[in-house]
Amino acid sequence: MKNNRRNFIKLAGIAAAGLALAPKAMASSGGHSPVKKNPAGIDAKRWAMVIDTTRLNTKEDIAKLADICHAIHNVPHIEGKREVKWLWSAPYGQAFPEQENPHMSDEVHHREYALLCNHCENPPCVRVCPTKATYKRADGIVAMDYHRCIGCRYCMAGCPYGSRSFNWGEPREGLDLAKLNPEFPTRMRGVVEKCNFCVERLAVGKLPACVEASEGAIVFGDLSDPDSDVRKVLRERFTIRRKPTAGTEPGVYYII
Amino acid sequence: MLEIALKGSKRYYGWIAFLLVLIGIGSMAYLNQIMVGLKTTGMNRDVSWGFYIAQFTYLVGLAASGVMIVLPRYFHNYKKNTHLVIFGEFMAIAACIMCVLFIAVDVGQPTRMMNVILHATPNSILFWDMIVLCGYLGLNLLVGWTCLEADRQRLPHPKWLKPFIYTSIIWAFSIHTVTAFLYQGLPGRHYWLTAILAARFLASAFCAGPAILLLVLKITEKVTTFQMPRDAVRTLVKIIMYAMCINMFFFMLEVFTSFYSNLPGHMHPIVFLFAGAHGHSELVPYMWTFIGFAFLSITLLVTPKLRENQKLLPWTLAILVIATWLDKGLGLVIGGFTPTPFNTITPYWPTGKELLVSMMVYAIGALVVTVLFKIATGVKEEMEQSQSLPCGCSTEDFCDCAAKAEAEAEA
Repeated sequence: MKNNRRNFIKLAGIAAAGLALAPKAMASSGGHSPVKKNPAGIDAKRWAMVIDTTRLNTKEDIAKLADICHAIHNVPHIEGKREVKWLWSAPYGQAFPEQENPHMSDEVHHREYALLCNHCENPPCVRVCPTKATYKRADGIVAMDYHRCIGCRYCMAGCPYGSRSFNWGEPREGLDLAKLNPEFPTRMRGVVEKCNFCVERLAVGKLPACVEASEGAIVFGDLSDPDSDVRKVLRERFTIRRKPTAGTEPGVYYII
Repeated sequence: MLEIALKGSKRYYGWIAFLLVLIGIGSMAYLNQIMVGLKTTGMNRDVSWGFYIAQFTYLVGLAASGVMIVLPRYFHNYKKNTHLVIFGEFMAIAACIMCVLFIAVDVGQPTRMMNVILHATPNSILFWDMIVLCGYLGLNLLVGWTCLEADRQRLPHPKWLKPFIYTSIIWAFSIHTVTAFLYQGLPGRHYWLTAILAARFLASAFCAGPAILLLVLKITEKVTTFQMPRDAVRTLVKIIMYAMCINMFFFMLEVFTSFYSNLPGHMHPIVFLFAGAHGHSELVPYMWTFIGFAFLSITLLVTPKLRENQKLLPWTLAILVIATWLDKGLGLVIGGFTPTPFNTITPYWPTGKELLVSMMVYAIGALVVTVLFKIATGVKEEMEQSQSLPCGCSTEDFCDCAAKAEAEAEA
């Protein structure tokens, strides 16, 4: 193509039109697409969980819940230091390292405690994430966009609870492909993942899978509603949270 | 000026070829890492940052170091630093590039790196670190290149550059402060959760950075006609001495606060690093080497006779670099992740592939330094500035031999 004035003006015109249209094109793709809510879905101002450790306190019982959770969320099974886990169990000293004393009741000390993301009121992981791939929803759930995560793992350094896992390798290598749950995405390598309080189940009116399978040992509900189940349990029973000094205001409570 | 970098001796091209080979080998390891994921490294669920981020942190210090030459020159009109300034700026460029590369090789999804800009998140310190590092890189490119270009044309440095130079001096402090903020604002990582961290980062940067710069310039002297002015070197070594003393003073403040307060969270990482815990004592010899070398380098620096000894100086600086690297390039990151949030210990050690990828980044940095220093020394040679005299002095030294050499030349 010859570079004459006519061509130049044409190109300049196209470029100017592009510049004028670009902001609108960007705006229309800006994540504000209309949401059609499922009428069966359940909603809350602040979802929270109370785990009754007098009832749910063995490795086996917690592993049962974890297996269900990991199966429906396609969480890969990887042995060793690079494991990926959303829900798991740990002894008292690991769950509440700052609240241990040498003369605790043996029974409490030897229980296993179910650990998961605390869905904090002030989540450090959200504060540090450089892309908003981890964000706090209006209902208090700390959620993740696995397609935006760049895998910098700043959130893992930020989380005081060790609740986050990184896909150090290809996650599908740790999954039984015949048993994948087609209703939940698998992840790709190089992104962080964690418990999502079963947002996908709440959206269709189901309680989180671990709550459902716990036979009442885990209570789930709206913390902002004084008449909710969680508030009722919290009023009646003595509960503690993990690392209160971190100022994160965890949404997971433990009945001791 | 780039053409200066193309004309060189066989040795120069040999060195460049060697670096390219290293980059080639390292990039194989990096390709493998991209294909299979970061499981090629030693990092794990509990120690989720490792060698890469540690090198990034250390090199931010190197980037900030040039300011110890630029600041006396422009804020105190210390003229003796005039011909060193360009090397400080060029070293900063290479260091910034290495920093960005170490972040790039550390992320799990490098193709999405632009998300940091596309979804800018000002509450994340990583966002600000990107801003300050890229800004510092740009400032040094602009200032360094413009000044050298002006020098080459025997013109005074343009006036419009002054604000950029002053900005770059302040900016140098910001890059290491922001990098410290990456760490020191995290609840539950007690080794990092300390207000002195940023100050300690700056102190260690201002000793280790100029030390590396001086060592590289010593090599530059060997392979070019460039010679550092003696007084400038003396001043810089004094700055290194003070910065290292302050660095170790800050470290002792850390130890006092942790152990006098007897707060377990603050004591645990230090105990792990220096004495081992739960049967893990892998880092203990390294950390004591850090302490030993740190005090050895301070001894060599504060004793005037030893400090002035030019034969000893490279060794002193090397010892200092090793000490600060063990502290900041190894202990800092691992110590921050230990013990884990569960009060357990998960060992971490970099793998061979991780070291190969790191070698690639360092080789790229060395290549950038080589090319930029070649240009800078080339211009200095053309301008007959800061050149070595037969007696070992620099033309900027005004020593007797300069007069003698001139007289001999005239005769």
